This record gives sequence, C-alpha cells and structure tokens, in this order.
Amino acid sequence: MKIVTSKKVLTISILLSLLLILVILVSVTLGSVKVPPLRSIRILFLSLLGLKGAGSETERTIILSLRLPRAILAGLVGAGLSVSGATFQALLRNPLADPYILGVSSGAAVGAVIAILLGLGTFSFGLPLASFLGALVTILVVFYFGREDGKIHPNTLLLAGVITGSFLSALIMFFISVSRREELHTIIFWLMGDFSLSNARAILIIFPYILLGVSLLYLRSRQLNLILSGEENAVRLGVDVEKLKLLSYLLASLITAASVSACGLIGFVGLIIPHSVRLIFGPDHRLLIPSAALLGASFLIASDTLARTLLAPVELPVGVITAALGGPFFIYLLRTRKAIRTL
Amino acid sequence: MIEVNSISFRYHEDWVLRDVSFRVEKGEFVGVIGPNGSGKTTLLKILYRLLAPQHGEILFELVPMKKMDRADIAKRIAVVAQETHLLFPFTVLETVLMGRSPYLGNLMFESEKDVEIARKAMEWTSIFPLSERPMDELSGGERQRVFIARALAQEPEVILLDEPTANLDIHHQIDFLDLILALNRERGLTLVMASHDMNMASEFCDRLILLQKGRIYKTGPPGEVITKENIESVYGCEVWIDQHPISGMPRISLMKKGGIKR
Repeated sequence: MKIVTSKKVLTISILLSLLLILVILVSVTLGSVKVPPLRSIRILFLSLLGLKGAGSETERTIILSLRLPRAILAGLVGAGLSVSGATFQALLRNPLADPYILGVSSGAAVGAVIAILLGLGTFSFGLPLASFLGALVTILVVFYFGREDGKIHPNTLLLAGVITGSFLSALIMFFISVSRREELHTIIFWLMGDFSLSNARAILIIFPYILLGVSLLYLRSRQLNLILSGEENAVRLGVDVEKLKLLSYLLASLITAASVSACGLIGFVGLIIPHSVRLIFGPDHRLLIPSAALLGASFLIASDTLARTLLAPVELPVGVITAALGGPFFIYLLRTRKAIRTL
Repeated sequence: MIEVNSISFRYHEDWVLRDVSFRVEKGEFVGVIGPNGSGKTTLLKILYRLLAPQHGEILFELVPMKKMDRADIAKRIAVVAQETHLLFPFTVLETVLMGRSPYLGNLMFESEKDVEIARKAMEWTSIFPLSERPMDELSGGERQRVFIARALAQEPEVILLDEPTANLDIHHQIDFLDLILALNRERGLTLVMASHDMNMASEFCDRLILLQKGRIYKTGPPGEVITKENIESVYGCEVWIDQHPISGMPRISLMKKGGIKR
C-alpha cells in the first residue's frame, strides 16, 4: 500500500541530495572566469580533505571563497523559503500563502534600506544584520496584534501581517523617494533579491536559524498534516493546536527572516517549490518538508547561477530568474498533474 | 460512561448552553435534537473538549475531562462531522491512518500494526477498494464512510456524530445510519449524534435529548420526546405526529399553515 514511510522519505531525500550536490558542482564551475569542470571538482574535493594540490591560487580563491559560499548561501535560502512557504500554506490553509505573507519580508526590507542609506552597505555584516533585526521586530509586532486572548486566529494574524506589511511598504517608498541614485540601484536590487550584495559571512548568521527551524518544523510535520484539514479536525485527532500554531508560525517566520536578510526578497521560490513537490510527492509534510528543502536549495542555486552567467559580466537579480523560470515550469506541472499522480 | 453535570457555556455575552445535565450509558445510541441555535453542535464540541464550559464539569468514566490531555481524549472519543477542507487532498488510506495519530505520540511514522488497524477499519466500512483514491475524487457518501473508518482507527469507546447525514441522499443516509447502528449493536460503541432529521433520530436512536435555547427541554425514549406538544412548543410550528407503519416509532409530518383542514 502506498503510504509515506521512513524508508521512502530517506530514499527520496538521498536522491534529492545527490541532485543538490550535482547542482552545486555545476554552479561552481560556471562563471565569467572559466575553470574547467574537472579541475573545479578536484579543487573542491582536495580542499575538503584540507589539501591544496589542484588549480592556481586565483582559481582556488574564485571557487572556494566566491562561488562555493554563494552557492551554499543560495541553497540555504532556497531551502528556508520553500519550507517556510509550505508551512504557511498549511497553517493558513491557503494555497496562495508564501513566506512573505505575514509582512516579515517588509520588515527585513525596511532594515535593509535603512542600512543602505546609512552606508552600512554591502561589504559588512551591516546589511544582513539590519534586515534580520527589521524582520524580528516585525514578527513581534505582528504576533502582538495577531493574537486574541492568548490564541492565534489565523485570519487575525493574516490581517495583522498584511496591514503591518503595507505600513512598512509605505516606509520603504518614503526611503526610496529620498534616496540618491547610487543608493537607489542597491535598494532596488535588494528588493528584487540578489546574491551579489550578499556577504559570505551571512552564512554564519542564517545557517543556525534555517537548520534549526527546518528541523523543528520537521518534527511537527505529522501534526501539520492534521491541521491541513482544519484546526478542529486536528484537535479531534489529539493535537494541542494552539501550541502547534504558535511554534510553527514563529519558526516559519524566523526562517523567512533569516533567509531574506541574506539576499533580499527573492519571490516565487516559497510558492512554487512547495506546490511542485505536492504535485509530485503528495501533500504529506513528512515527505514534503525534506523534499521541498532539498529541491528549493537546488532550484535557487541553479537560478542564481543563471542570474550571474546569462548576461555575464552583468548580473541579473535572481528574483527575475526564479519568476521567469518558475512560472512556466509550474504551469507545466499543473497541466500534467493527473499523469504525475498515477506514478 | 459520560456524565454531564450542570454545564453552562457561552462564546461571548449570551449563554449558549444553560445548566445542562445528562448521562450517556455505555453502549447507548443517543440522539441530540433541537432547532437551529439550540446548542446541539456546541454541546458536542464540549463533549470532546474543543470548548471548555464556564460552569459545571463532564466526567468520562468518572474522570473529569479537564484532567485528560488531548491525545487521551482522542483515544477514547472519535468525532465524525461534515468536513469540507480538501485543500491538498490526501488519499483514503492516508486519511484513515490519521486516526492512529493519538497513539503515535512523538513517533513520526505509523507502524505495520497501525496500517493493519487502518486496513480493518476500511474493510469494515467497505472502502478498502478506494484506499489509493484522493479524497476529492470521492462522493459525499464515500467520504462519510472514510471518516467513520478514520474514527474506527482511533479505536474509541465513543463516537460523536454532528449532522453526519446532512449532505447525503436518502439511500446514502440509510447506508450510513445502518453502518453506525451496526457499530453500536455489534461492537458496543457508544454513539451520540446531533441531527436535524427527527424521523431518522426517532428510528435509530435509543434515547433522545431535545434542546431548546440551550436547555434540555425533554429527554427519554423517542416515544416520550417526539410528541405533538413537545415538538410544537420547541419548534413553534404545527406538526402531525403518528407512528411509523413498520417500526412503530413516532413519525413527524410537516404541514402548511392551517393545512390540517384542507
């Protein structure tokens, strides 16, 4: 009988991890400076063992200090946004929900814009730290207004999030209107999502949040299945719903905050990856969460690789690629959904 | 088995249930009837502690329900209601397996024993052939059977039913009620069903509770509860009551205003 078992989850996770490794390998060999694929791979593996044998100093720097951290960052963000999107869709029982629906992203954006205007700009911890703080403050505000008598009412929380988001968007517009031309370019790129501004050290900030957030959500994945058919339904099956909601909303919000603080507002990933995975593997979160994390990571690394190579040496914001690539692919999946289901 | 001791409940200002007391004995099939807004659904929600009453208490096998945790309650009381959320549809088997949830605790995956229990529940409700089908491809009657199977997978002592036949045609209504009656008679499951359909309740239930504006108006066997005086006083409309020609249970016929003289 076809059900989600630990064996199935493990098998699919291993396959998707192999895909992810492949995507990372391809990603580090591509770029404006050509490093032959085999040599890049040798550089990667030897340095993993702590050896320096392969490639020139420049090639090693390009691969180990530039392309690899950027791929890791894109992978973390892709995984984070996908899992957070899947969680919000389940909690709000709304297929249109995405990681930004509670306004966390707007808070991050305000933080980032202020950092850019203050000249904390690109080459320090300043930008990711400021946007992460902005996101955290927004989470506190939204949860303060979104709870009534100690309980989370999804609609109230959603409204609180949307309203807070609109207010913060107004702030962003204000900052944009008073910014100078050179700052404007940075702000716009950040708002469209862009890894070229990101700092390798941002990995250190966001890694613990995303790893911990995704793992803790995974431990709740069986309960998320039950809440998908309504909160009362979950109660009837023995779930402490208020605890589940508070924990999951907070974790998903923190994951979003960490993700956007690294690279700005990358759209579409958190919407399209969970839906694609559902169409392929079904709605069970025990399989959905790990698959969405791994596929989301691969997808965003691939998108970012395209963003920096397509018009090289000019870099596109990665958000342009995710939407341009993701949209048609998703439509294709929707059309072939019935065929996929009978697999 | 269940002892309800003078509970009162309100959502906001107005009391929805006022000083309600009754007992449900093991193996009984109790029907809860009453007009819209009389508190039927609220009462069921209190019985599985989705809502906590402001006054009074409920004892389940002599244990106060407020001392039981959610999983404990779900192991003993299953609920079948109208469910419409099918956003990302699971298959029939996946849905029935969710009934094992209260037993899994922190475990992430069902064991072979859980799958076996789900399989038996699906066979009992004749939905085993549908087990791989997504829920959104089923008819209303099939769906209600799936929810009965899920309730059985919970291995409960009591099943609460909230208007379980409201969207079914008469054929599927009878199928469904025969199925739950068999659960009651053959497996000794205790049933509490809220229903608008008084003829069905009269035909199938051992005992009825008639609610009016949050108070119990009358409780007893169908023959004592469904009388012309009781029904007309609670519902405020004229009815004609005679006996079902075969079962001999009370039967209600509706009338136009002044229809009796036509």
